[in-house]
Amino acid sequence: MAITTRPPTQRPQPGPAAPQRRGRPARHRDDGRAGYVFLTPWLIGFAAVTAIPMLMSLYLSFTDYDILTPWSEVKWIGLDNYQRMFGDDPAYWHAVRVTLIFAFIATPLKLGSALGVALLLNRSFRGSGLFRGLFYLPSLLGGSVALAMVWHSMFDRSGSINAILGWFGIEGKAWVNDPDTALGTLILLAIWQFGAPMVIFLAGLKQVPNELYEAAEVDGAGALRQFLSVTLPMLSPVIFFNLVLETIHGFQGFTSAFVLSGGTGGPVDSTLMYTLYLYIRGFANYEMGYASAMAWVFLLTIGLVTVVLFRTGRFWVHYSDGDD
Amino acid sequence: MVTVVAGRRPFTPRSLIRPAVLLLLTALVLYPLVWMLGSSFKAPEEILNNVSVLPENWTPGNYPDGWTHFDVGFGRYFLNSFMVAALTVVANCVSCLLAAYAFARLRFRLRGFWFAIMIGTLLLPSHVLIVPQFVMFRSFGWVGGPWPYLPLIVPHMLATDAFFVFLMVQFMRGIPRELDDAAKIDGCTAYSAFRHVILPLSRPALVSTAIFSFIWTWNDFFRQLVYLSDLEKYTAPVALTLFIDSTGQSAVGPMFAMSVLSLAPVFLFFVAFQRLLVEGINTTGLKG
Repeated sequence: MAITTRPPTQRPQPGPAAPQRRGRPARHRDDGRAGYVFLTPWLIGFAAVTAIPMLMSLYLSFTDYDILTPWSEVKWIGLDNYQRMFGDDPAYWHAVRVTLIFAFIATPLKLGSALGVALLLNRSFRGSGLFRGLFYLPSLLGGSVALAMVWHSMFDRSGSINAILGWFGIEGKAWVNDPDTALGTLILLAIWQFGAPMVIFLAGLKQVPNELYEAAEVDGAGALRQFLSVTLPMLSPVIFFNLVLETIHGFQGFTSAFVLSGGTGGPVDSTLMYTLYLYIRGFANYEMGYASAMAWVFLLTIGLVTVVLFRTGRFWVHYSDGDD
Repeated sequence: MVTVVAGRRPFTPRSLIRPAVLLLLTALVLYPLVWMLGSSFKAPEEILNNVSVLPENWTPGNYPDGWTHFDVGFGRYFLNSFMVAALTVVANCVSCLLAAYAFARLRFRLRGFWFAIMIGTLLLPSHVLIVPQFVMFRSFGWVGGPWPYLPLIVPHMLATDAFFVFLMVQFMRGIPRELDDAAKIDGCTAYSAFRHVILPLSRPALVSTAIFSFIWTWNDFFRQLVYLSDLEKYTAPVALTLFIDSTGQSAVGPMFAMSVLSLAPVFLFFVAFQRLLVEGINTTGLKG
C-alpha cells in the first residue's frame, strides 16, 4: 500500500515546516519511526530465523553437507540430491505415498466427523457447552507423545481394542505392528482429534440466519433439503477454511508416526510420514543436504496443494454479500 | 433441521436420538483418556487385556516407579519442560505484542508488504526450516552447548510465532481507534499510547497467547527432539520416548503413570480456561 504513494525524493523534510502528506492527519506523523521500532524484533526474527535459513536450506539442497565435515569441504553436487530423491530412493516415494494417503483419508473423515458433531451440538440444550468442551479435549492433548504411547498400547495385540472387538466375535491382531493397519491406527488417532474444526464449524453455524431455514420450510423443504440448500452453502467458507488448515496440518503429521513406530516409520515403512523421513535423513543419518532438498520439495508441494484448493474453492465456496 | 419449538416438548422415541448419540460419542472420545488414567494404576499384566477403565488391583506404585525409572529423575524432566514453556510464554507475549501493535495501529512505509509476509510465514511448516536452523544454531555453539534451550526459546523472542501476532492484530483492530486518537491529542506519542492505552486493553489477547503458547510448547516434540541430546537436558515429551526403548512389560505401568503426569498441566489449563480455549479457536482458527 505505502509502496506507491510517492517517490523517495519527495519525502517530507522533518521539522514543523514539513508539508503534510495528503489525507494524513498530523497526529500520525511520527508513526514511521515508531512503527519500525515496534517491528524490530519481528524483522530480526523474520530475517534471522526464517528468510536466511530458507536461502541456506536452498543452497544446502545442492550440496552433500553432512554437518560433520567442515564448511570448506562441502561439495556442490548440483541436482544430485533431487535426482536421488526422485530416481533412486524407493523409501522417498514410500514416504510420499504414506503422507498422501494419510492426508487425503484422515482430513475428510476428520472434517466430516467435526461437521456431524457440530450439527448435533448446534442447538443449545442443557449440557451442550460441556459436550463441546469434552469433544475439544482430544485436540488439545492429541498431539502429545503421551497420548501416542497410550494409543500404541490400545492397538497392540493384547491391547484393549482387541478385547473390545472380542465381545463382537472379531479376532484382533497387533494393529500397530501390521503394515496393513498401522497407518489406519494413525488415521484413527487423527480423526479422534476432530474437536478443533468442530468448534470452528459451530461458530460458522451460528452465523447462518434463521430466516433462511424458515423460508426453506415455507417452500416445503425437508431436513435433508435444508441441509443441502441452506446449511452447506452458507457454511462453505468455514468448510473451506477448515479444509485448507487441516490438509496442511495432515501433511505435517510427525509425533504420532514417530512414537507409534519407535522413530523408524515401520512396520515396513507403512507409517513413514514425509516429515519423519526428513527427520531420519537429516538428524539420524546427518544427510543435511538431502534433507534440505526434501524440505524444499515439501514446501513447494504444500504451496501447490494450497493453490489448487483455492482454485477449486472458487467453484463451491459461497460468500454471502457483505463481510463476515 | 429438526423443527422443535423451544419449551415443552412431547416425549417421543425420536427425541432420545440426540442424547443417545451424544452419550455414545462421549464414551468413544473419552475412553482412551479415562483408560489411560485407570491403567496408570494397574499392574503391568492388567494394563494389556483389562478393557475396564478401573483397575482390579490398585497399584499406585507406578507413579514413584516411573518418577525414578531412569537415571535422571522425571522431576528433572518436568522442571526442564516448565522452564522452556514459561520462558516461551513470556517471550511470545512480549515480542508478538510489539509486532502486533505496529501492524494494527501504526502507519509506516511498507506496512502492507511486511504484513503480507507475516501472514505468509503463518503457513510455513516448521519442518522446512528445521534443518537450516539446526545448522545455524549449531554453528553458534547453541546446540549441545551449556544451555541447549537457546534454539527453543530465542526464536520466540523474535515474534516468529506468526499465529500470535495475527491473533493480537485481530484483537487490537477491535479496540476503538478513538482511544489512541484521544491519547495522541492529549500529547501521547506512539510509545506512550502503547503503554497507556493498548497494553492495558490487550490483556485478553495476552492471556490467550500465554495459554496457547504454554500448551503448544508443553506438547511440542519435534523441535525438542531435534535440539536436546543430553539426557539431563531432556524435556518431558522427549524423556517419555525413553520408555519406547526400554522394552519389557515392567515399564508399561510407569510409562502410563508418567504419561498421565505429562498431560496433567495441559488438562488443568483446559479445566481452568475451557471456555476461553474453545472461543479462542472459534475466532482465529487456532489449532489445539
